[in-house]
Order: sequence, then structure tokens, then C-alpha cells
Amino acid sequence: MSFVEYGDTIKDGDTAIVFLGHESMFPVKVQHGTVTQTKYGVIRHSTDLIGKKYGSKVTCSKGGWVFILHPTPELWTMNLPHRTQILYSTDISIITMMLELKPGSIVCESGTGSGSLSHALIRTVAPTGHLYTVEFHQQRAEKAREEFREHGVEHLVTVTNQDVCKNGFGVSNIADAVFLDIPSPWEAIGHAKSALKAEGGRICSFSPCIEQVQRTYLAMEEYGFTEINTLEILLRVYNVRTISLQIPDLGKAAEDNSSTGFDSSNPSNQGSPCPKPQQGTVQFKSGVPLREMVGHTGYLTFATKS
Amino acid sequence: MEDGLRLGPRICEGDCAVLKRDDVFKAVPVLRRRKIIFEKQWFYLDNAIGHTYGTTFEVTSGGNLQPKQEVEGTTTETKEAGTDNRNIVDDGKSQKLTHDDIKALKDKGIKGQEIVQQLIENSTTFRDKTEFAQDKYIKKKKKKYEAVITIVKPSTRILSTMYYAREPGKINHLRYDTLAQMLTLGNIRAGNKMIVVETCAGLVLGAVMERMGGYGSIIQMYPGGGPVRAATSCFGFPKLFFNTLHEFPLSKVGSLLSGTFSTETLPSEPEDNTLVEEESDGLTDEKQASLQEIEESTTEAAMEINQTEEQETVDISAEVIEFRESKEKENKENVREKQRKQWERRKKLIETAALLREKNADGLIVASKFHPTPLLLSLLEFVAPSRPFVVYCQYKEPLLECYTKLRERGGVINLKLSETWLRNYQVLPDRSHPKLTMSGGGGYLLSGITVILDKGESDSSNLEALKMEEPSSKRCRVQDLHY
Repeated sequence: MSFVEYGDTIKDGDTAIVFLGHESMFPVKVQHGTVTQTKYGVIRHSTDLIGKKYGSKVTCSKGGWVFILHPTPELWTMNLPHRTQILYSTDISIITMMLELKPGSIVCESGTGSGSLSHALIRTVAPTGHLYTVEFHQQRAEKAREEFREHGVEHLVTVTNQDVCKNGFGVSNIADAVFLDIPSPWEAIGHAKSALKAEGGRICSFSPCIEQVQRTYLAMEEYGFTEINTLEILLRVYNVRTISLQIPDLGKAAEDNSSTGFDSSNPSNQGSPCPKPQQGTVQFKSGVPLREMVGHTGYLTFATKS
Repeated sequence: MEDGLRLGPRICEGDCAVLKRDDVFKAVPVLRRRKIIFEKQWFYLDNAIGHTYGTTFEVTSGGNLQPKQEVEGTTTETKEAGTDNRNIVDDGKSQKLTHDDIKALKDKGIKGQEIVQQLIENSTTFRDKTEFAQDKYIKKKKKKYEAVITIVKPSTRILSTMYYAREPGKINHLRYDTLAQMLTLGNIRAGNKMIVVETCAGLVLGAVMERMGGYGSIIQMYPGGGPVRAATSCFGFPKLFFNTLHEFPLSKVGSLLSGTFSTETLPSEPEDNTLVEEESDGLTDEKQASLQEIEESTTEAAMEINQTEEQETVDISAEVIEFRESKEKENKENVREKQRKQWERRKKLIETAALLREKNADGLIVASKFHPTPLLLSLLEFVAPSRPFVVYCQYKEPLLECYTKLRERGGVINLKLSETWLRNYQVLPDRSHPKLTMSGGGGYLLSGITVILDKGESDSSNLEALKMEEPSSKRCRVQDLHY
């Protein structure tokens, strides 16, 4: 297993994802002799995990079962330990495409944070690209290094512990893209420009507040970036549900016993594609939005170095 | 790798380049003495050849391109400006220059900047406008009269934006951010073995190929006689990338799954000599000849001018193919060639069938005009367990059905039906706000992860479904309409 390559069977030392059910999963470090507790019982790594195929169902001691999944950056994003607020796959997707990242790209990132975006970037630039990521918090930088090592991607990433606004990314004139998710991105635009290759490099800055965006925009203009564009992207999820709606009783039109109006037993009624389970209801499948959704993560500002 | 000046790639003859003016894009072949129409301007690309991508040009008289000189930001005199528009009457008479006056200026060869300056000076209301309104006015006039064109290198970002704006019908209205989600949710990366089904002119295939960087392999399943790859050729991938791109007809999937696959009856390839017209709704498979293009892996790309009718079209590969076709017709050993090609095709088909039979694909991407359910139910058979799949549909309802059928089938978890909402912003000091227009819909995605399908547990599939759904208390609430 590795975060940049698929493997078939679970091995000692792997990071695997234990899937318990709807939106319920957690990562686990596979180790001989270890045991993992779940609400369905115990999973013994040596007998239940090691040697099994990814995608297998594992029955736990209490009888319930789980699925063991191969890790991907997306699954990691949903399950990683948060040291900071992270970026989710919705933003990560548009960032990756708008920065034109692909195998072989050289990317600079700051701050590393909890490594959510980092893992996704590493996955995209592998096997010939590289991620230079800068984190000013010493422990977070160290934890990131550790995780990259455990996940088998340390050869694709360099973590530097410094302040990007003061000391830049540690490289110059080579990056295809730069990403900033820091409190004062306008202070790092100059450094971003020098890290980027001579022409055609792309930059992205992520900021929750519009005031930050305004300052960053001006800084980008000042440093000669072009094609500056700000957008936001939100995810709408739908739950697929079978809904039954009751037919109201509108009484009878005439005094005789014939039923009128919306009669669901009438064969010409096209309203219900499924047979109604009880008298007086219509069933249908619907994509129901969630009661609450994420309304804002941050504004994404992209530009090109020309 | 040398540190220092890493100048970008240069515009070469034979490339597919994208012309850009503000937010308008158009893909064109870079050919000498080929007249191009773009944004109401006519010009030749000859002078652009040799410059780096990203260079901005002006169109000079005679239709030649000239790199735009860097001009100092227009230093207007300290602007006299008003405070609001209460006294500004729009009677259509505030501009003193007539349409003919402006035309005369243009004909004299006066630069766009100068025309804009003239317009400002001859506007009676300009100095009464607020600074913001003046700014907006100048921007608008510049956009109209200062025609600058940038030539950019194609990429998924550029091509998906272009297609969505120009020919959304060709790509089933797949908006570029939705495509971005597919590439990430599908964990598209170097080294995968991907199965792709798309009727988006080859745009989705190109995007997948870009993210795989030539590593791994792709099997494209296609309807009809051959895959349409018009957009794919715009990306400008090296020939190497096509060595690991395979194709397989959907019409043979049934037999492959049941074990009765044979190459006796191949999907018929239409005559590939004629230049096929681009259809505006993009719902038919025109470019079957692209299949042939892939098989001719050693042909030199001799781009001689073919005096064809000029067309406002995004597709350029058809013209290249048409040129090749006409050369081939002259070949006396046409018949023998055809037989050899048939044999080649059969051989490739058998190889691809073998790849599919391994049932170990690393993912499935579907973005087509077809109802997704039959595609998913059959093609998931070829995907290994614990791998992601993503299905795009322009409409939500077919994905509702697909979701339900997948639950019944089992062997999938983490099903999610979603769409993304995209909003662009204008960012200016004291004038920041979302832009006026927004895309109403960019399609829907159904994604999930495969797991080992336990066929013997068909009874407990319901139990699985229950487990994979919301906790039961929430479900009852929905049914009770208290939700």
C-alpha cells in the first residue's frame, strides 16, 4: 500500500481505513499483534487484517462487521487527525485542476497544517513531481514529516519549518504552482513569485475573509500576476430516499360510491412508478438535500505569472 | 535540472493552441497562412510561431499578429468625477463621435488605446460620472476597442472552461468544476488502470490522461463504431501517452461478461474519407476516424495546407485526418492495407478484452449521454475491490435510480449523490461582490467505493443496505413526513 500506488493485500505497516457504515470510518495502523476496538467488537490485526484483500469484509468479535479499505487522499481527508482546520475534497478538486497539476509538477504549499491538501497534491504530482511544503509551527511540521514517512511518500515531499512570509519556500524559479492558505497571503506573494518558474506558473490563495481576498488581489496585481480570478465552490449532497406522500381526502364529489379525483388505483395515474404500500399514498424516489450544509469554506483566488 | 530561467514551451506549427481574450476561449490548429476568425477579428497565426505560450498579441492591419508592447498604465489626468448619477440623463446623445467617426479612426489605423481616449474626451457625461462609473466605462471601451489576444497552452482547465462556454451540448453540460470533482473523487493518478466511458467529445478522456501523465493504462469503452476523441487531440499529449490507451466497444460488453466474446463480428467502421460536419447538439459519434489515428503510431504529422472550407469549429483533428485519408486513397495497395488494419484491430480487441477479464481495474469514470444504471451495473464487474468510481449525469433522476439499483446489487459502499455550486467574484477596492451571472447547473455526480461482492449473502443485502443508510431512527422520521 502507498498513498500514491494501489496494493491488493493488507500488509504490516499499512495505513488502512476501517469502514463501519454510513459516514462512519477511521484510519488504523496495521501492526502484527495489535488489536483495534470497534463498536462491533475487536479486530485482531494479525488474523483479521494482514494478508486479506483490501475491500474485504471483516467480522468483529461481537458479530458485527466492517470493511477494510485502501487509503486514498480523499479518505484520508475525511479521517485524518485535525491539528488545524483543513481543506476538504471539494476545494481540493478545483484547486488541483485550476493549478493545472499533473504528474511531474513542482508545487509549493504553505501552510502544511494537518496535511490534508498535501496528501492530495503528492498523489497528483507523483511519481516524478515534488511538493515543497512550508509550515511555521515546529510540531506540526514534524508531525507532517512523520505522516509522510508512514504513508510511503517522503521521497515526493520536502517539509520546511519556517515563515513563508519572511523566508519564502526555499526554492526559486522552478515551481509550476504555488498554493497559499495562511492568514496574510499578501505578504507571501513576492516569495511566491520568485519560487515560480519564469513564465506560466499558477498561484492560488485560499482565504475565508473577503478583506483578505481584496488585499491579496492587490498584491497579485502589484507583482504583475495576470488572469486573476476569485471563486468559491460549495458541495450539495443529496440523500436518496423513498418518500411516501399521503393523498388528502377531499371527500366525494357526488353522493354515490364512485371515487373521484386523484385515485391512485386508477391505472391511468402515472404518478407512482412503484406500487403503493398502503391505500391513499404515492411513493417516489427523491434526492433530498441535507438539513444543514457547509455554506462557506473560503474564497479561492487564482492567477498566472506572466 | 537547471535552476534559473525556465522559459515556457513555444508555439509550434501543428500544435493545437487556445486563443484567449478575457474570458473567451477558442481552440485552433497552428497552421501557416490559415485565416482565423476570433472575436470579430481576422488574422494569421504565422507570426505567433516561435513565441512562448502565454504571449499576448495585437492584431495589426493585414491580419498579422504582433506581440503587445508593455504600456505604462494609462495615466489619465487627475480625474474630474461626480458623486452620483442623479443628474445624468441617458438620452443616447452623450457621445459626440458618431459610428462613422469611430470607423474612420479605426480605418486610419489608430490604436485602440487612442480610440478609447477619443471616446472619453468626446463624452459629455464622462466627467460627471463617479470614479467607479468612469472606471467601468473605460474598462468597457477597452474591451471593445483594444483587441488583444493571448495564446495559451491547452490544459484541462482551459479546455473544460472553453467547452462549457462554447459547446456545452457536446459535453452533456458537464461544468468544469464537476469535472474537477470527478478527477479527484476517482483518485485519478499515474499508474492506475482506468476504465472510462464518455460521450463528451473526448474531453473527459483527455482530462484523465492529463492526470495520469502517460503512466498506467486506460480502457475507453465506446458506443457505436469508435470513440470520439476530438477534444483529446487538443491537449497535445505526446504520442507515448497513446501507447497505453485502449478502447473496447460497449456492444461487446455483454458477451465479455457472459464468456461468449468473439471478434467475428466487429462493430462496423464507417468510411473514413469524408470530413464530417460538426453537429451542434453533439449527440452523434462522428469522428470514428480517430481510431485510425491511434493505430498509425509512426506516421509523421505532415501538416500541409488543405484548401478546405473554413469552419468555425472547435475540432481540428478531423481536418488533419481528412488530409491523411485523401493521401491514403491514392495508395494502390489500399485493399491489402485494409485487411492488415482489420487484423490489427482484431488483435488489439483481443488484448483489451484480456485486460478487462482480469477484473482488476483501479477505477471507473462514466460521463455519457446514456442512462447510467446499465453502464454501472455491468462495468463495475471489471473493477477491483476497494476502488472508487464516479458517474456523471446531467440529470439527477437517473442517478437516483442508479443508486437504488447499486444498493440492490451490493458490493458498493460510501455512495454519495452530489452537485457542486460555483460562484465567481469581482474583487475591486470597495466594489467586491459575486458576479452578476452564475451557472444554473453543472450536472450531478454519484460516487462510491467498491468492496468484495459477497454473492452468497443476497438475503442480508437488505441488512447491508440498512447499515449503509442513515441510522434507522432518521429514516423513519423521513417516512413519517416529520422531516
